[in-house]
Amino acid sequence: MYEQKSTLLNDARVRGWIAQALVLIILLGLSCYGIYNVGQNLQKSGITTGFGFLSEPSGFDISQTLIPYSSKSSYLDALKVGVLNTLLVSVFGIIASTMLGFFLGVIRLSPNWLVAKMAGAYTEMIRNVPLLLQILFWYLAILAPLPGPKAALNFQDVIFLCNRGMQIPKPIWGPGCEVVLASLIVAVLVSIGLIIWAGKRQRMTGKRFPAFWVSLILVVSVPFTVLAVTGFPVGWDVPALRGFNFRGGVTILPELIALWLSLTLYSATFIGEYVRAGIMAVDKGQREAAQALGYRPWLMYRMVIIPQAMRVVTPPLIGQHLTLIKNSSLAVVIGYPDLVHVFAGTALNQSGQAVEIICITIAVYLTISLVISAFMNWYNNKYALRGL
Amino acid sequence: MKTIKSLMAASVVAAICLSGTAFANTLEEVKAKGYVNSGVSGKVAGFSAPDAKGHWTGLDVDFTRAVASAIFDDPNKARFTPVAFKEAFTALQSGEIDMLTRNTTWTFQRDAKLGLEFVGTIFYDGQGFMVRKDLGVKSALELDGASVCTQAGTTTELNLSDYFRSKGMTYKPVVYESADEATVIYESGRCDVYTTDTSGLAARRTTLKATEDHMILPEVISKEPLGPAVRQGDQQWSDIVRWTLFALINAEELGITSENVDEMLKSSNPAVKRLLGVDVDFGQHLGLTSDWAYRIIKHMGNYGEMYERNVGVNTVLGLERGVNALWTEGGLIYAPPVR
Repeated sequence: MYEQKSTLLNDARVRGWIAQALVLIILLGLSCYGIYNVGQNLQKSGITTGFGFLSEPSGFDISQTLIPYSSKSSYLDALKVGVLNTLLVSVFGIIASTMLGFFLGVIRLSPNWLVAKMAGAYTEMIRNVPLLLQILFWYLAILAPLPGPKAALNFQDVIFLCNRGMQIPKPIWGPGCEVVLASLIVAVLVSIGLIIWAGKRQRMTGKRFPAFWVSLILVVSVPFTVLAVTGFPVGWDVPALRGFNFRGGVTILPELIALWLSLTLYSATFIGEYVRAGIMAVDKGQREAAQALGYRPWLMYRMVIIPQAMRVVTPPLIGQHLTLIKNSSLAVVIGYPDLVHVFAGTALNQSGQAVEIICITIAVYLTISLVISAFMNWYNNKYALRGL
Repeated sequence: MKTIKSLMAASVVAAICLSGTAFANTLEEVKAKGYVNSGVSGKVAGFSAPDAKGHWTGLDVDFTRAVASAIFDDPNKARFTPVAFKEAFTALQSGEIDMLTRNTTWTFQRDAKLGLEFVGTIFYDGQGFMVRKDLGVKSALELDGASVCTQAGTTTELNLSDYFRSKGMTYKPVVYESADEATVIYESGRCDVYTTDTSGLAARRTTLKATEDHMILPEVISKEPLGPAVRQGDQQWSDIVRWTLFALINAEELGITSENVDEMLKSSNPAVKRLLGVDVDFGQHLGLTSDWAYRIIKHMGNYGEMYERNVGVNTVLGLERGVNALWTEGGLIYAPPVR
């Protein structure tokens, strides 16, 4: 019999800590050296460094800006325009691809042979073609058949469609519109309260209340009533052809439509497969039990299958949403003014501040991704383990 | 945490890569490699483009060959790296290329702020507009409200904004990464106007399906001195590139061509003798041999020959000498004397 000697050196935990500390010190040292070296090299080659350029006027124009911007605006404004444009296409892309993806996932498991096979064929076709090609395809496919502005497709003299984009009227809010906005907010708040109350009551008493439909009616009808009462304080800036192009209204760029469409169609195939996997992961007994209780298919999916499937669907769904945001940077090939095109492209070349601009761009993508990932992980943690 | 760690690792790797380049003596590096590596646009007919057999031609290409001739006595010791506009300056700064001959406009910021050094002007250009003839426009002043296709990150983009603002007109920018795309999309009808330097417009127009349907408007809205650029901080190298350009121009002024250069060695004109290094050795001050200019002219001809061969009236571009004539003929092409 011998005694186990316990010294600091052969304690696995202590050794682990020391090893990690060493790796961390080496990493920190290397990165300090790296940053120092970049600075030295930039100075040696006579390149001005620093973030001062952000307040200088940019000098270039951008085709789509959600905030006021002109060539007199600063590089910082150009950055904001780029970030907002990236977020715009990403948010619409995430919403549309998630909806389409759920639909695809569900119908691919449909007992209807034709419907299931068609969903399968769509999935295989779209997800096996590089996204870059799809973006170019949709862009040129949208541009080619559309006429020029003088022969634009005319919908009731209100909406116009041509190869410069879709022209829609822009609302101009007159005095008194604040009341309409306030009534909308009140209606939304009341609806949320109603849904919570209805859920609680159903759990307590088993009595059901059509909270969803009542909320929908509230949210739609209240602002409209207020709008009518205040005498419609809203005008419309209707697009009209003047010179070569449409003036007035809002132009939805063909670049935006093409990018949104291709991101949506592409991401939806992946989401569809996650949803299919999620549904198939739900035990057969759950489905049979729901049917035995007399649930109709729609209610069975909504109340029994999908909530359980979400546990499997959510983690890959997070990844797919992040991928969509990052894939939106392919916008650069069709000239949609996203963050990479505007900031890491045009602004980089006009200012020459390559290191700073690339660092800012990386930081922006990292921030967006980490925020979404944190939210989705919160959602995942909240719902994944319930009932286990 | 994992993301942060991998990001840190990536930045360290990037930093180490950056540190690998030392720009002390470009001439020695070029000699050791055995060739001059020049960044070119690669797609502008008349300036730099490979032909069907992969042989490079163009004014920018010939200039690089002239530099190679001065160093190696062999114009074929030149290599061409097509660089997109966006990465052109980075490629030069990081040492990926030895010089940049890419129809690049010499501007204050590029010269003073970006660590570049422009050595002179090889082609005086200006920005113009190309439109479809059926648009019915005869002047750029009628372009109010037009959609304009152009290339990202160029001086073109900035001039465009200045011009429309100063004339009180509006426009809709449609900006692409490459001039190729901008041209294709212009042709599809997405834009009313395509804008770039007039020499570029002439080159691009030749590549359109129906060349005759398009016209270049008379207005030239900017001055665009295009010239070769090198990295800042290597005086010998910038002198070599600069004086290669000046030797080409001086040769035209002195009437020395690729054909008569051997006879000219016997010339009694002291300026000719100095340039060709007959009695004196000016090449040593550049780290080259005394016949450095002779080599350039023997292989590539003088400036006028290079111009006529690549962009002149007998080429597809068909550009008159115009402002690019010698100063003695009323143009702007002028080189300091060799003395």
